[in-house]
Formats: sequence, C-alpha cells, structure tokens
Amino acid sequence: MSDTMQLARSGFTLATAADRRRFVLQARPGTLDAAARALGLAEAPAMLATASGGAVTALRLGPQEILLLLDPAGAGDSLAALRTGLDAVAHSLVEVSDRQVGLDLSGALVEPALASLTSIDVALPAFPVGMATRTLLGKADGVLWRTGPEQFRLEIWRSFAPYISGLLDEAARDAAF
Amino acid sequence: MSQAFRVPGRGRVDSARTVSFTFDGRRFQGLAGDTLASALLANGHHLMGRSFKYHRPRGAVSAGSDEPNALVAVGSGPALQTPNLRATQVELYEGLAAVSQNRFPCLQFDFGAVNTLAAPLLPAGFYYKTFMWPRGFWDKVYEPVIRRAAGLGVAPTAPDPDHYAFQYAHCDVLVAGAGPAGLAAALAAGRSGARVILADETAEAGGSLLSDRTSRIDGRPAALWVADILAELAALPNVRVLTRCTAFNYGPHNMVALNQRLTEHLADPAPGMPRERLWQVRAKEVVLAAGALERPLVFEGNDRPGVMLASAARTYLNRYGVACGKRAVIVTADDSAYRVALDLHDAGVTVTAIADLRPAPDSALVRAAQGAGLTVLPGTTIQRAHGSTRVHSVELARLLPDGSVGRGQRWRTDLVLMSGGYTPSVHLFSQSRGKLVFDEELGVYVPGEPADRTRSSGACRGVYRLADVLADGAAAGAAAAAAAGLAAVQAPSWSVDVADEPGRGGYVGALPRRGKGLLAMAFVDFQNDVTAKDVKLAVREGFQSIEHIKRYTTTGMATDQGKMSNVNALGIAADALGRPVEKVGLTTFRPPFTPVTFGAFASHARGDLFDPDRRTPIDSWARAHGAVFEDVSLWRRARYFPRGSEDMEAAVRRECLAVRGGVGIFDASTLGKIEIVGPDAATFMNRMYVNAWTKLGVGKCRYGLMCRENGFVYDDGVVGRIAQDRFHVTTTTGGAPGVLAMMEDYLQTEWPELDVWLTSTTEEWAVIALQGPKAREVLAPLVDGLDISAGALPHMSLAEGTIGGVPMRLFRVSFTGELGFEINVPARHGRAVWEAIWDAGQAAGITPYGTETMHVLRAEKGYIIVGQETDGTATPDDAGCGWAVSKAKADFVGKRSLALPAMQAPDRKQLVGLLTEAPWEVLEEGAQLVARPDEAIPMRTLGHVSSSYFSATLGRSIALAMVAGGRAREGETLYVPMEGRTIAVTVTKPVFYDVEGARLNV
Amino acid sequence: MLLIRCPYCGDRAEIEFANGGEAHIARPADPMTQTDEEWAQYLYMRDNPKGLIAERWRHAHGCNRFFNALRDTRTDRFVTTYEMGQPRPEIDAAAAAEAAR
Ligand SMILES: [Zn+2]
Repeated sequence: MSDTMQLARSGFTLATAADRRRFVLQARPGTLDAAARALGLAEAPAMLATASGGAVTALRLGPQEILLLLDPAGAGDSLAALRTGLDAVAHSLVEVSDRQVGLDLSGALVEPALASLTSIDVALPAFPVGMATRTLLGKADGVLWRTGPEQFRLEIWRSFAPYISGLLDEAARDAAF
Repeated sequence: MSQAFRVPGRGRVDSARTVSFTFDGRRFQGLAGDTLASALLANGHHLMGRSFKYHRPRGAVSAGSDEPNALVAVGSGPALQTPNLRATQVELYEGLAAVSQNRFPCLQFDFGAVNTLAAPLLPAGFYYKTFMWPRGFWDKVYEPVIRRAAGLGVAPTAPDPDHYAFQYAHCDVLVAGAGPAGLAAALAAGRSGARVILADETAEAGGSLLSDRTSRIDGRPAALWVADILAELAALPNVRVLTRCTAFNYGPHNMVALNQRLTEHLADPAPGMPRERLWQVRAKEVVLAAGALERPLVFEGNDRPGVMLASAARTYLNRYGVACGKRAVIVTADDSAYRVALDLHDAGVTVTAIADLRPAPDSALVRAAQGAGLTVLPGTTIQRAHGSTRVHSVELARLLPDGSVGRGQRWRTDLVLMSGGYTPSVHLFSQSRGKLVFDEELGVYVPGEPADRTRSSGACRGVYRLADVLADGAAAGAAAAAAAGLAAVQAPSWSVDVADEPGRGGYVGALPRRGKGLLAMAFVDFQNDVTAKDVKLAVREGFQSIEHIKRYTTTGMATDQGKMSNVNALGIAADALGRPVEKVGLTTFRPPFTPVTFGAFASHARGDLFDPDRRTPIDSWARAHGAVFEDVSLWRRARYFPRGSEDMEAAVRRECLAVRGGVGIFDASTLGKIEIVGPDAATFMNRMYVNAWTKLGVGKCRYGLMCRENGFVYDDGVVGRIAQDRFHVTTTTGGAPGVLAMMEDYLQTEWPELDVWLTSTTEEWAVIALQGPKAREVLAPLVDGLDISAGALPHMSLAEGTIGGVPMRLFRVSFTGELGFEINVPARHGRAVWEAIWDAGQAAGITPYGTETMHVLRAEKGYIIVGQETDGTATPDDAGCGWAVSKAKADFVGKRSLALPAMQAPDRKQLVGLLTEAPWEVLEEGAQLVARPDEAIPMRTLGHVSSSYFSATLGRSIALAMVAGGRAREGETLYVPMEGRTIAVTVTKPVFYDVEGARLNV
Repeated sequence: MLLIRCPYCGDRAEIEFANGGEAHIARPADPMTQTDEEWAQYLYMRDNPKGLIAERWRHAHGCNRFFNALRDTRTDRFVTTYEMGQPRPEIDAAAAAEAAR
C-alpha cells in the first residue's frame, strides 16, 4: 500500500492518521496500572476504554493488554519513564509502530459504513466516544476506537489497509441510499 | 386491448400514470403502483407460466409472496435477467421486460405439456423408481433429459454487474410484517423510545388493510388509519421502517436476516445505488406479525388459469383496481369469501354462485351476500374446473348428508375463487425453534412456547378479528419494548367501528369426489406439481412420517417452501393414514422465507474484496519488476521474475543458478513473526517447542520445530534470542495465526502462572533474504559498520544494528544452503532498504527470486516445508528432524505422544530422497510409490512424492518423498505407477547438494 | 449467529470467537508418568453431551482471552460464561431447564 490513503465521499472521509509510535504493553492488571502511572495517567483505562495524557494514548484492548500510541515528539521521554516504572516488574513491551496503520474516519455516514464491516453496535449510546476494542472488520482484524460523535480511528495491520478501506469505500457509497 | 379489466376508481394505483411493459415480447400497459401480475390481469391475461413437471399452463393464484405459479424472469441479457421472480411481487416500471418460464416453444402451446398425458407415468417417487438402472444411464441419459424438461427458469451466465449492500443492525424491537398487527406493535414500541425496525416484504406498509374497503378504525377507512400510523412512525427518530424488505431467516439468539430490494422497482435507479441490501439484525426482542395465508382448495383442475384464492381477487380489486374476471364462481369453506363476493358484485363482476362446503353457512356476511341477491349454494363442493389456458366452466355438486357427493352441474365461469380458510404464517417463528401447537378450534398450527425472545401477534398466531389484531399487536409491541428494558408506556389503542367478523370454517385436505376419483390433476403443491394422488400414493406405499412423504413426493420442497401446500398435504396424508392432522406432525420450515439473490449473500465479498489481499512492503517493487505472483494463504507472493519471454521453468533455473553462483534477493516478509517476552520466556519456549532453549545464547538462532500435543509436526521456523527474556520467533507464512492461537491456548489455559506474553510482529518487519556466496560482500558496506564477518556473525546468529540508518535485526540464516542473511527492518522502510541492497548488489549480479526458486533450493538441501512434506500425521523423526528433539527436557508439547509405540514403529513413513533413472524426468507431486511394478491392483502403496523439481544446480530432477520405513530402503528401487507407464526411482538420502553444509559456514 | 458474552468485553457476535472444545480438561502435570491409556484418554476422549457442556471459547477477534462457557448443546443457549481457572459453576434446576428450552 502507499503510505497515505485518502477517500472522500459525501458524508464519509477516510484519511491516514498522523504518525504515532505504537507499542503493545502486556502485563498483569496491577502492572498495567503502574505502567499507566509511569506514563502520567491516573490508572490503566478500564476494558474497552481509552486514556490520554501528554504524548500518550492508551487503549485497553484486553485484561492484560494495552495498545500505546505515542506522539513521536514525546515518545522518548514516555518510553524512558515507562521502562523506569516497570523496571524489575514482569511485563512485555513490543514496538509495533510499523505493524499497523491508523485510519481516521469521519462524517455522518461513518456509523452505517462501519455497520457494514463490524457486528458490533456502533451507535453512539452503545459505542460512546473513547471506547476502543478489537473486532472483526469484514474478514480482517482491526481496532475500532471512537474519537468523536462522527469520528472513528481504525488501527489495522498494514496489509489489511487496502481491503478494509476498499470495504469502507463501498459501504459508504451504499450507506448513502 | 388496453386494461379492459381495470375498474375505475378502485385501488391504490395511479390511474394518471400509464406504464408500458412487455411480457414474452408483447407490449402491455399498466398503471404506476401495479405489480406485473395485476397489470397482466388488468389486461385479462391470466396465463403467466408453465408448471415444473407437467408444463401445465398456470396463472397467478395469489397476490403476494406465497405465489407458486406465476414465476417470471425479469430483465434481459446474460447478466441481468433474474429468473423465478413472482409476478405478484414484481413492481411495474416503465420498460419492464418480463418473460414466462418453462415453456417451449411458447406459453400458449407447449410440447412439454404432453407430460400431462403421461401423468400416470410420473407418480410420486417416479425418479427414485425409474432411474435406478442401468446405473450409467443416470448422468448420460436421464438427468440431461429431465433437466431440460424441468427446472425453474434459467440462471444468468455472465457476472452480475449490480452490487449489493450489507449491514449489521441492532435494535430493541424488530417487527416483521407491517400489517395491522405489525403497525400497532411498531407504534407501541416506538412510543416507548425503543430502537425499532419495522420490515415488510411489500412495497407499501398496511398489509391486508390496503385491500380492505370495509373496515373503519377510529371512524376512518382502514387505509387512512395506515397512513396516520406511518406518519407517526416516520416522525419517531428511533423507528426505521423498511419496505420491500423481507425477513427471511430467523437465526439463533435473535439474529434475523432481512433482504431489502432497493432498485428492482425502479426504471432508472440512481447511479451507484445497490440493488439490494442484506441486513443482519440483532434484536433484543422480536415481534412477528407475518399475517396469515389463505389456503387453496384441492380439486381436479384447481391449477387452471383463472382459478385463484378469493383473498387474491379482493386484493387485485381493492388494491390494484383490477377485476380478475367477468363471471365468478366462488367455492369456500370460510365466511371471508363472502366479503370478496360482495366487493366483486359491487364492482360490477357477476358472481354466478357461491358454493359453500359447509351445510348451513350463516353469518352476517352470508346474509349480506344473500341480501345482495347472490346465489349461495350451501353444502356444495367443486368437482372440477374445465379449461386449458383459462378456466371456462366448473362442475359443482351437492355434498350429501351421507358424506357422498351428488351429481355435478356445470357452471360457466371465467374466474373461480377458492377459500379454504387461513393458515397462520408461522415460518419465522418455526425457524426460531419455537414449538408449534395445533389449535383445535382453528384447525391449524399456531405458535406455542417461543424458544427465543420473540412474540407472535395478530393473524400469524390465529388472531383474526381486526380489533383483536390491533390490540394484540399493540400489546406485543409494548411488552417487547418493556422486555428490552425500556420504561413501560401505555400501549396505544384504537376502536374498530366497522369490520367483518373473521371467517369461521376452513377446509384441510382434498375435496370429496363423486365416485372413485383419482385426483390425478388436483394439485396440492402447484410449484412442484404434486397432486393429491401423489400424496395418497406415498402413504399407500408405506410412508408414514410427514417428513418422508414430503421428500418422496417433493411436496413443500419448491422455492415457495410449501406456503400454500403444507397444510393441505398434511390433511391428505392424515386422511390416508387415518390419523388426526395433529398426530401426523409438521415438516420443518426452512429459511429463506422467499428466495434471496446470491448477490445479496455475497454483498461486498466479491472480486478484490472477497478476501483481504495481503501484500508485503516490497510487493510494489516486485510488481514493477515483472514478478508473477501466487497466493500463499491470504498473501500475494512473487513466485518468479521472468526475463523476456522466459517461462517459469526457465526463470526458476536461472534464479537458482544465480543464488548458488552469486547472490539472490528474496522477499520473506510474509513469514509469521511472534515476539515472546517476559521473565518466563525461555521456560515457555521449552514447553512449546521440541527443541531446548535454555542454553541458546543471546544473539543466537535456532531452528525451532513445534508439535501438537498428538506428537505430529505443526509448524517450524527460525527463532532468535534477542535478550534473555525476549525471543523473536518465526513461523511459516500460513501457520502464523494458528501458532499464535496454540501458544495463547497453552499460556492462558495451562500455564497462566508464567510471566510471558506474546505479540504478533509479522507486519512490523519487512524481511529481505539475501542469499548466495556473494551475499556478504553486497551487504557488508550497507550495515553502518556492523561486523558481519564469519567470525563475528556466524551461521545461526543475529545482530541488532542499522542499515542506512534504519533499525535492523539481522539474522544470519539460510533456507537455501548458501551463505545467507535475513534483514528485518521496520515495514515502512522495507522497500527503500530492498532497493538499497538491490543497487549495491548490481555489481555482483544480484538476482531477485521468488517462492518457486526458494522451494527448489531448499529441496536440494532436503529442508522440509511443513504442510508439504508433513501432512498432520508426521512426527519430527518421520520428517527427518529427529535431531531437533531435545532428549533432556522432561516435557514439551507432544513429547508424551512421541513415546507411544505407534509413533516409533519402523514402518512409519519417513522422509527420503528419490532419483529417477532419466535425469529429465520430473515426478508428479502426490504420485504414489509401490514396491513392485507388476503388483496386482489394488497395489499396496508405500508412500508418496511430496516435493519434486528439476534442479538446475544438479542438472537433473530431484524429489522428496514420505516412504514407509524409508530410511532403511536407501538404495532400493521403487516404482511410481502413472497412467500408461511406470517410473522406476532410487531411494536416496533427502539431501542432494552440499551434504556436509560447507557452503553455509563461510 | 450466536451472541456470546465475553467476560471481559460483554456480548459479541459469534464470528469474533473461536471455540476451544471441552473445558476443564487439565493437561497432566507430568505427562511422562501417564500410561498410554491415560494419555490417550486425556488427548482424545471428550464428552459429547446432549445438554449442558462446559466448553472453552477464545475471543479471538476481540480481547484475545480464553474463557469458559456453559452451553446447552440442544438449544445453543448459554447459561453463563466465566474466566479460565474458575471451577465449573453449579447450575440450579431452573437455570438448566431454561437453557434446555
Ligand atoms: Zn473479549
């Protein structure tokens, strides 16, 4: 795929998200809280929730798993703090910056377009702003994160991007009818 | 002739908008709002198709989705013609082109109709009985003949140019059916604030009320009440009303599939508009308001065009403004037909007689008909309808008190309306696993205890009085909303000021006959041409279960799912068996309720979007350099890079020699990668792999082999130790998800105490394999000072560093048998690093190679490919990898199984090499091996060829094989029996090149 | 499509999950001490009840966790789901009857 993607239809836009360094942090739940504090967050976000502060956004994808998105500018400091905070505590921190790409979706048709791909209820009351979860998008895994009433971020594996954006393009076209 | 049967001032069609269409090439005119059937009927045209088996002329018998006869193909061309549409549901639009089906050469005259004369020769079970012998005749003689004669329409032959939408939806209350009960339910639920989806299969919500000129609700005509309710629903943001949308499948846990037709009724759909949309609705609660279907009567000639359901004639008249004939005879066992008679009479149709099967019908409606001067014949049945392409007369006869039938009398008519009472439409309820119970009073099955969170309301559960239907629907809607967790609100209520009392009576089974009538042409299942005689014959031949009778006669097995026929077939079977209907049981209602386009099921999953088409970061380079690709699981991998006019064989020979003689570059990015991190990482590795890991130093690599618990090889790959607590594991391309799932399984469910975590890093890294004796000289200048000499970075070691400033994990590994490196860089840099190496390698003659060359090179070295040499029944030792299995470890996944006696039997299939006598002879992969060429058939096979190539390096063919006791057979001659000849092969060691591995350690 | 309650993520559609077979079959602590018969029992023999089964599921396309579920094989109705490591819950007759319905 090309490094940036862009799609625009009436009521639906898709664009490659701003670059982030990404890490999968896995540890026992208590350690995740300690990690969150080291990163300047109050505590680890609850399941399916996100927390943000400074250069850090944390998406709680599993009971022992957090996806960290770091602003490249502040990433070094955050990582240093994290490593200090978790020194001698069992955990796994693996960089996945290039494993996946972020796609920002927005517009009035984002909900119905996504409803063509995921079996999850994406209506605002059921999927509020700040909720994030891994799900199946068509036949490919992806992380779905609501960033606004009509905004979603997808974090998907690099090679799935053409497939998922292709599906979304068709779904957005169909959603207009 | 222009719409001679149109009744001015009647119906909901737009008399100001004439619509032209063609049927079998003939031009007709109808009105906006017509269906194809109503428009043809407005032109006095009843003949719409030929039947499946006997090619009998058929007309529309209903006005809805239960139509079994009037199946047509709409559209034209090899891609766009849609077969088997019900003319009663096809909405008219300007220019619509429809053709009839099952006729040859034309609808009026059909050669196949000779089948009718041969009907005695085509009884139930005919195919089973007749075409058993001779066996070879079935596919060559019988089947082609039958297929040409039978069948429903012609499938399109070209790809479907339309596209189809798909959507999941979630709601509190799904209401299936927008008749009076469904509208009341949707409103009740909608007012509570529940998320409501109301779906109806027709173009316009309202159901039976749209055909009802009599009833008044809250003082207003029923159709206006419908408009009021729809207006209120439209104003509720939490309610979605979907018309032309059929609920066709009720799946587990309240997932209901709807198919919405978006363009079919439009002459000019907007560009980009999907033809249909498939909805998968997860509903907290479901309200079924599917209504009831009128039953036909079973008598000789009941399939003649012009014989229809009474309710259908009422719908054609009141909804479409069409009189279905000029002289009607009505045969009924139910009061409701009297309203039809009155409506027709009122519209100027002559109602010649109303034959009532009941001895003394008496109700307000009956009296009203009599008061209007209509002839009512109590205790009268119909013996036969006469006519061919249109009914012209009927024979009515008295039912005598002793149960026999009196002498018949002929009545001239062009329209025969039948009413056998109503059958609740329980299809969706039954699909939801709900139990049906027999209602003694109504004489039909109605929904009993539901299995899922569903409620039936109105006519689909046998509630027929309009006031009751509205109350029932409202109560169901309100209860559903409350059950979905919404605060209870007062259910709406309405007063029904004028309405007919629901019909009482009804008839199940075949009508009585005078004398020993065979009922040979009295149809039970119109669509599958099953007669009353067929059902009786099935019972006579010993079938007792209704499920068996159904399969033997095929009744209820056509695309209409027996909507009209099931209950009558049951009645005939019950009668023949001498048992009450409820003791015979009911067949299963299967989805779909009505046929659904394949395109809707596929929706976006076609063409490029059928599956994810995964491409590596280097894919674009390979494409630009002419690679030919192959699919490996979901990945697209470069198979070879032809130059000029090279075919694969030539390209692969060149690529192989280039790697062995110089340096080749290969995209290995698709290899699965898992990062295993945590203090217990080595412990976990020891348990998962057959190898020992504790002593593997940081910066070292090892070939890892993984078994399943049953001891059979599951996956393999090189593993590097990045740090004491961090392993970089590689898997096969296709095995990555399975390996990760299996690791997670053991970690989470067997050893949750281990502090170790797994992360898929397959896509984090682009992997560039640089292989060949010149690999080091190409790479060394690029790695920013990293020492990659043989001493610093020996075979099976790794180093972290940078390449052109890009972070890199460099593995000194080889799957070719040559000096080799696998350069892992973050995926975004993959192509740039590849190109840097490519440029640097020009002087050394660097050659890109693909998976095919990779396969040949590894086979020359005897390296296995899991899934090619192994098949899920090979142990590590079988595959020649016994050396990898740790003897010291107390346990690993598969160890105990490997200790089973059978896993060590000497005659297990083992990996060997094979050489043919003729060096150019390349064996076929999958070919079997036997000990003697002259062995009697069936020969005992000793094994099979698993990999086979022409080796350019060796100038001859090579093969790997799995052979029983193979290692002990080294030097033996075995044979490969092929069609017409046998190939002799010599068993060898499975390594053909550089046996001592000197080329690796340089 | 079944609706399955992941103990961590809540109700999700069946396509997000992978079935992991019968639950509560512990891998022997020291497999090498098992007789061939015992090992075969562990490896291959599974219950196939008509009725309630305790089985493992993995939220493969969600939180990636394994968990256990009690499901009635006749009706596909789930009684409950629970985390790995927890014992099979006791089910009262009413709940079992409801699952069988
Ligand atoms: Zn989950």
